[in-house]
Amino acid sequence: MSYLEYTVKTVPTGWRKMLFINWPLVLLLTAVAGVGLLMLYSVAGGSMRPWADPQMKRFALGLTLMFVVAMVPIWFWRNMSVMAYLVALALLVAVEFFGTVGMGAQRWINLGFMRLQPSELMKVSMVMVLAAYYDWLPIRKTSHPVWVLVPVFLILLPTFLVLTQPDLGTALLLVAGGGLMMFLAGIHWAYFATVITAGVAGIYAVFLSRGTEWQLLKDYQFRRIDTFLDPSSDPLGAGYHITQAKIAMGSGGWTGRGFMQGTQSRLNFLPEKHTDFIFNTLAEEFGFIGGISLLILYVLILVFCVVSALQNRDRYSSLLILGIGVTFFLYFAVNMSMVMGLAPVVGVPLPLVSYGGSAMLVLMIAFGLVQSAHIHRPR
Amino acid sequence: MRRAPKDTAESFRKISRRGVFLGGVQLAFAGALGLRMQHLQVDQADEFRLLAEENRINIRLIPPTRGQIFDRNGVIIAGNEPSYRITMVKEDAGDVDDVIARLSSLVELDEDELNRALTEMQRSAPFLPVTVAERVTWDDISRVAVNAPALPGVTPEVGLSRIYPRRGDFAHVVGYVGPVSERDLARYETPDPVLRIPRFQIGKVGIEARHEDTLRGRAGAKRVEVNAVGRVMRELDRREGTPGADMQLTVDSRLQSYIQARLGEESASVVVMDVNNGDLLGIVSSPSYDPNKFVRGISVADFGELRDNDHRPLASKTVQDAYPPGSTFKMVTVLAALDAGVVAPEETVWCPGHMEVAGRRFHCWKRAGHGHMNLEQALRESCDVYYYDLALKVGIERIAETARRLGFGEAFSIGMSAVTEGLVPNKEWKKRERGAGWVIGDTVNASIGQGFVLGSPLQLAVMTARLATGKNVTPRLVRRVSGAEPELAEGEGMGFNENHLRQIRRAMYAVTNDRRGTAYGSRIIDETVRMAGKTGTSQVRNITAAERARGVTRNEDLPWNRRDHALFVNYAPFEAPRIAVSVIVEHGGGGSAAAAPIARDVTLQALYGEDPPLDVYPSKDREHIRSQQERLQQVLRDNDPDGRSRA
Repeated sequence: MSYLEYTVKTVPTGWRKMLFINWPLVLLLTAVAGVGLLMLYSVAGGSMRPWADPQMKRFALGLTLMFVVAMVPIWFWRNMSVMAYLVALALLVAVEFFGTVGMGAQRWINLGFMRLQPSELMKVSMVMVLAAYYDWLPIRKTSHPVWVLVPVFLILLPTFLVLTQPDLGTALLLVAGGGLMMFLAGIHWAYFATVITAGVAGIYAVFLSRGTEWQLLKDYQFRRIDTFLDPSSDPLGAGYHITQAKIAMGSGGWTGRGFMQGTQSRLNFLPEKHTDFIFNTLAEEFGFIGGISLLILYVLILVFCVVSALQNRDRYSSLLILGIGVTFFLYFAVNMSMVMGLAPVVGVPLPLVSYGGSAMLVLMIAFGLVQSAHIHRPR
Repeated sequence: MRRAPKDTAESFRKISRRGVFLGGVQLAFAGALGLRMQHLQVDQADEFRLLAEENRINIRLIPPTRGQIFDRNGVIIAGNEPSYRITMVKEDAGDVDDVIARLSSLVELDEDELNRALTEMQRSAPFLPVTVAERVTWDDISRVAVNAPALPGVTPEVGLSRIYPRRGDFAHVVGYVGPVSERDLARYETPDPVLRIPRFQIGKVGIEARHEDTLRGRAGAKRVEVNAVGRVMRELDRREGTPGADMQLTVDSRLQSYIQARLGEESASVVVMDVNNGDLLGIVSSPSYDPNKFVRGISVADFGELRDNDHRPLASKTVQDAYPPGSTFKMVTVLAALDAGVVAPEETVWCPGHMEVAGRRFHCWKRAGHGHMNLEQALRESCDVYYYDLALKVGIERIAETARRLGFGEAFSIGMSAVTEGLVPNKEWKKRERGAGWVIGDTVNASIGQGFVLGSPLQLAVMTARLATGKNVTPRLVRRVSGAEPELAEGEGMGFNENHLRQIRRAMYAVTNDRRGTAYGSRIIDETVRMAGKTGTSQVRNITAAERARGVTRNEDLPWNRRDHALFVNYAPFEAPRIAVSVIVEHGGGGSAAAAPIARDVTLQALYGEDPPLDVYPSKDREHIRSQQERLQQVLRDNDPDGRSRA
């Protein structure tokens, strides 16, 4: 159903829109961000600097942005989708040339007040463009091979750019997020079966290629996989980190050691304790109760997204909401699997909790889109 | 576009179905994560709690000792000396200001350094050690150690820091080290973890930078037991790293220091090279600077002074600057002409003081002209018109090819920074780079080393060595790495006609030993060490026709930076060549007056290995040389690191 078809007059206008915002979702997001600030305060040794203070300002900015985005009708954002995708793509290309190199990879552009990671922006832009694409495409063409190739191209182009940075973690998230969008749009099962088979064969090929001329991954990426499979093979490097991360979590027990009492994180056994491994600090200090609470908050956010999407009879809106939900899910699922030793360390932050500007702002804008779709849904 | 209602309804059903399905999958995954959490935190909690209690063992990196650099006789050029510093961990200190106050009552703290340390503490993670005082004395360290209980989080540390005992003498060759910057880290895909140790120093320029991997070594690691607040209780075991490899250079530090002193404050460069194996015995750029200042962190004022000095102390002139070689290039032109067979040694050219080529008048340096000139006379008296004539006969391509064979146009990789390849122009180059066709005037200019031709002092020394031996000698600066046997790189024959080379060598001999030679004033009396050379004077400005009509302004009347460059190249002894020397004095005026005397003194120093006896100099120079020797001995004694420490 298209926007022109439902009666616009039943959609709230002006300040009345505030009443129709999905307030429980706003509360949930704030709660998660609050947990993040608490943990950043703790890992800094009980200090707002250097992490909690800037993070708080970014969340305030993000919240404002969310409301601003939510006030603008969703059909405006639908028309902006392609533009958003092109801008994110242009920034990804720009980062190749003007980007600042950090930790051996080109990832961000320095805007002066913050460092923008275009790959984060792309995660949301891609959801937008795919939702708009399937909104535009007549239903019966959805599984036609030609019309399947278009979104595949839309997904692979930015993925390739992100891979050259090189940022394997984000590239995998982009492919997974895009693939799930196509799944939601209703592409035939057979495509996915084929891709999964090919994927398994591809992974096999990657391992076969190791040590040969045409090696498909960088040496350090192979080493990460090695240490994931056998943490003790690299006790001084990444394997040490995984072991320490598990010890930190496990020693938390049921109720944890108490706020700011986590010895593992305080004694620097944990790496990246303010970014990727922040969950372990939480789990150590607040135990199983704390960890599972955060997980429940995340799941509730997802549930609200799915419910909101199912209520929404506009194709673009429901695809967008589900897509953003999936992106959010991928973030925390991959991060938690990683820090609990279920997946190799690929460098994905814990959404709204890890220290980092781009991811936080982009996610808040994304939830602004969710709110806008929710407010302006056909009634 | 309107769609059939059935169509939309079906689409909505599909999205709902798959949305619910995917939601279910997500929920299941979250459930799995919850189970994993439960497994780790509840089922295995005791086990991990135990591990955590035992987990008092921290791994710390031990920075490797940097390799030392020696001269060819084992004199230390770059070494390491112990340095003491005081670091502080904010997290352990508790009340930072209080601890700082207590610390400053024990140790004198530098205001600036302290403020910098405090801002660094604000910005960086609370568990990272921050240096609050550097290069403190042993007494300070002991005082801090004794009062350790009152100073939580404060640690006295002993490290090694780089020292260059010869100070300015090797600044351009060896370079210096400095703290790792973000830009340094960005160069590596997976940086060596040792680079992240605060204040770790790596090579920034010169040998220190180019041989960084050799000199750095590999970090070791130690396992230490820490108590509940992270203080190190005891060391459990350590795996020593590999210290960096020592390097030995080909340079003779005694000669190097002599040359530096001899050049004084001139903006000049000297290269001394062994003609048989290419060992660089001396490679000096003047004025120089003290690399130790950079290791400690040079002040803005000091750096500004170095940067703004018009004698450019920071530039490594021997390898990084390319100059028009002037008349020292004439050997190339004449060798090209002899090889092409367009000239015979006894053939003469009439020099009236100028030559008309394609409607333009090219002047000889001697306005009145030289008269009839054969090969030897023309090189001896540096008659320009003779070479103009040769150039027209032989053409630029052959000159360029000969120049390349003699070492021009090649960036010799000797381990110094920013080695230039200079410029050997030919028709194809000018078309490509300047987008203009080659004109005959360009050839005429190139024949006397003006116009587009550019060569570095190193390349001039290589050219001289190759002319002296006929072998393709290649310069080298690193004699050996870490005790390995020195590689001897004897050059191979280059296929030049030995007769042609002999003609040129004889003419070069006449330059310094014939009464009419341009460098006769710098001759050597002792026959066993006589040199063969060539003067050069390269213009920095164009002389316009109007200026020429007024009479060319004398160099002494020009401002310093518009005066000509003075050049001289030579090898010695003439009978059995051992060394080749090139000298360039920037804006020094004429090559015979400004560069040749330096070359003679350097040559004799290198051959004798000490101050030469006065009777090798012409009798009228001896008095002046004697006082110069005394003056330089005084300078060298003042600069000698060993002499100073004894005093």
